[in-house]
Amino acid sequence: MTTKAQAVIDWVDERFPLTSSIKGHLTEYYAPKNFNFWYFFGSLALLVLVIQIVTGIFLVMHYKPDASLNAAGVPVAFASVEYIMRDVPGGWLIRYMHSTGASAFFIVVYLHMFRGLLYGSYRKPRELIWIFGTLIFLALMAEAFMGYLLPWGQMSFWGAQVIVNLFSAIPVIGPDLSVVIRGDFVVSDATLNRFFSFHVIAVPLILIGLVAAHIVALHEVGSNNPDGVEIKKKKGADGHPLDGIPFHPYYTVKDIVGVVGFLIVFSFIVFFAPEGGGYFLEFNNFIPADPLKTPPHIAPVWYFTPFYSILRAVTYPLFGIDAKFWGVVAMGAAVVIIAFLPWLDRSPVKSIRYKGGLFKAILAVFIVAFFILGYLGVLPPTPGRTLVSQICSVIYFGFFLLMPWYSKMDKCKPEPDRVTG
Amino acid sequence: MKKLLTSLLFAPLLAFASGAELHLDKAPVSTDPAALQNGAKLFVNYCLNCHGASYMRYNRLQQIGLSEQMIKDNLMFTADKVGEPMRIAMQRDEAKAWFGAAPPDLTVISRSRASEFGSGADWLYTYLRSFYRDSERPTGWNNVVFENVGMPHVLYELQGEQIAKVTEKDDGHGGKAKEISLELAKPGKMSKDEYDKATADLVSYLVWMGEPMANTRKSIGTAVIAFLGVLFVLSYLLKKNYWKDIH
Repeated sequence: MTTKAQAVIDWVDERFPLTSSIKGHLTEYYAPKNFNFWYFFGSLALLVLVIQIVTGIFLVMHYKPDASLNAAGVPVAFASVEYIMRDVPGGWLIRYMHSTGASAFFIVVYLHMFRGLLYGSYRKPRELIWIFGTLIFLALMAEAFMGYLLPWGQMSFWGAQVIVNLFSAIPVIGPDLSVVIRGDFVVSDATLNRFFSFHVIAVPLILIGLVAAHIVALHEVGSNNPDGVEIKKKKGADGHPLDGIPFHPYYTVKDIVGVVGFLIVFSFIVFFAPEGGGYFLEFNNFIPADPLKTPPHIAPVWYFTPFYSILRAVTYPLFGIDAKFWGVVAMGAAVVIIAFLPWLDRSPVKSIRYKGGLFKAILAVFIVAFFILGYLGVLPPTPGRTLVSQICSVIYFGFFLLMPWYSKMDKCKPEPDRVTG
Repeated sequence: MKKLLTSLLFAPLLAFASGAELHLDKAPVSTDPAALQNGAKLFVNYCLNCHGASYMRYNRLQQIGLSEQMIKDNLMFTADKVGEPMRIAMQRDEAKAWFGAAPPDLTVISRSRASEFGSGADWLYTYLRSFYRDSERPTGWNNVVFENVGMPHVLYELQGEQIAKVTEKDDGHGGKAKEISLELAKPGKMSKDEYDKATADLVSYLVWMGEPMANTRKSIGTAVIAFLGVLFVLSYLLKKNYWKDIH
C-alpha cells in the first residue's frame, strides 16, 4: 500500500475503529474450518435482506399506498403495482425480485434455524445470538405480513382482515386494539397507509438493528460448527484456534460460491416462475381488493401456514374465553417458545452427530409435523384436517416442552476434542 | 425432504378449493404474432365495450407487431392518444345496475383466473366456449364454468347458440352429481373448429396482455442463468484454490 493511502487509513484509525473492525469481523475472525452446506444460509439471509432493501427502495419510488378508486374504478395502490410491472422500465424485475425475495427470505431463514437445531447452535454461550435470531424471525413475520397488504389485492385485503380480527379476540382490550391496528373499523386506506409506514420504515429499522446485534453477539463468542465443539478451547502457539481459519479470505470465497448457487435458484424463480405456482404470488391477489366480496377460501402465504394451522387447531373455549383467543395465544407461543431452546436442551452434547437415536427420531417427527402443519394451513379446514393439525400442534409443542427430559435420557456418543472435518 | 419441499412449493395450488370440481380444457396458448393480433382484434371488438384493460396502453400493441398507425386506424375506438390505456366509457355504477356486477378489468384476468384446476388461460378458454341458452337468466344466457354469470354470450354470433343437456350421474359417494353437456342448437358464423381457434387467439392475447414482459423476462432469464453458471464454476475454482491448504 502506498504511504499516502496508509496515512489516510491511519488518520481514520485514530478517530474510528476501521482497521480493528475489519480485523475483528473479517481477517482475524477465526471461524471453524469444518462448516458444511448448512452454514451457507446465514450469509444468504443477509444477502436477501440487502436484496429486499434495495429493491424496496425502488418500489417505494413508484408505489402509491392509496385505497381510493381511480377513474377506471381500480384501487390506486393495486393500479400502481401494475404500473410498476408495465410502465416503469425494469419495474417488473424489481417487483419480482422483491416478491420472490420475501419467500426466499423465509426459505433461507427456516433452513438457517434448522441448522441451529441440528448442531445445537443455541446452546451456551450462544443463547443471546439465538434470542436475537428469534426476534429477527418475529420481526420478519411482521414485515412480511404488512408488506403483503400493500399490493391491495383480494388476498392482501382478506388476509389482513382475518389476522387483524384475531386481535379482537383478546379479552377486554381486544376490540379497541384491533381498531388501533387498523386505524379504522375495517381494513381500509388508513390501514394501508400505516402498514406501508411500518413496512418501509419501522420494521426494517428494527430488523437491521437485530441483525447487527445477532452478528456482533456471534463474533463475540465465535461460531459453532457441525461437531458442536468449542474451537477456542484448543489454541495454537500463535493464540489462534487450531481448528479455526480467518473468515476472510476463506469463508468470503466460500460464501461467494453459496451466493452464486443461491442466485441461480433465485433467478429460476424470478425469470421463469415468478408466481411460484401460486404460492409466492397468490392468484387471487391479481384481483383488486373488494371489501364486499369475501373469497371462498382465504389462505395465508405459505411461510405463515404452519403457525396458522396451530391457530386453527385450537377449537375449545377455555376459562370462558373464546377459542379464537387461545388460538392466537398458541400461535404466539409457537414462535416465542423457540427462544427458550437454550434452556430446554439438557443434552451433554450439542451436535446431532453425537446425539442418540431418541433425539434424532423426535427431531424427525417434529420436522414432519411442521411440514404437515404447513400443508394443512393452505387448505380449508375439515373435521379430519383439524384433528391432524391438533395432533401435529401437540407434537410441535411436545418437541420443545418435553426436551428437558428426552434430551437428558438420550444415549449420546462422546464428543471429540477437535473438529472432525 | 427436498422432494417434499418442492412439491409443497410447486404442487398445483390447493388453496382455493371451493368444493366443486371444475373440468377445464387445456388452452392452446400461442405467442405467434398473427394469433395475438387476431386476439387483439377480437378483444377490442367484443370485450372492450364493457370490460376495460386500464393498465394496458394501446401503443404497447406494437410489441405484437402492429404499427402505431395500424393501432390508431383499426383498434382505437375509445381513446384519442395511442399512449392512453384501454379504458371504456361505461360507468361502473350503471354497469352494476345492468349486469348485477361491474364487469371486471381484464388486464390481468388470465393471471387471476388460475387455480388448482388449471391455468387462467384454461379457465378463460373453457369459459368462452361454455355459454348456453337459459331462459331463467335475465340475459338469457348461463355458463357451465361460471354458474349464473352476469355476462351475456357476446360471441354468440360467432359460435351460435348452445343448449344444455343435464344428466344425473352417481358421484361415487352415494349421491347424485349433475353433469351438464352442451349441444349446438343454432350454428353461428363460424364452425366449431373456427370458433375454438378464434377463442384460442383471444385467450392468447389475454395471456400476453396479462404480462407483456413475459417473453423478455424469459429471454433475459436464460442469459442471467448462463452467466451465473459460468460464475459458479469460476467461484468454485477460486474457493478450491484458496482452500487447498486447509485440511
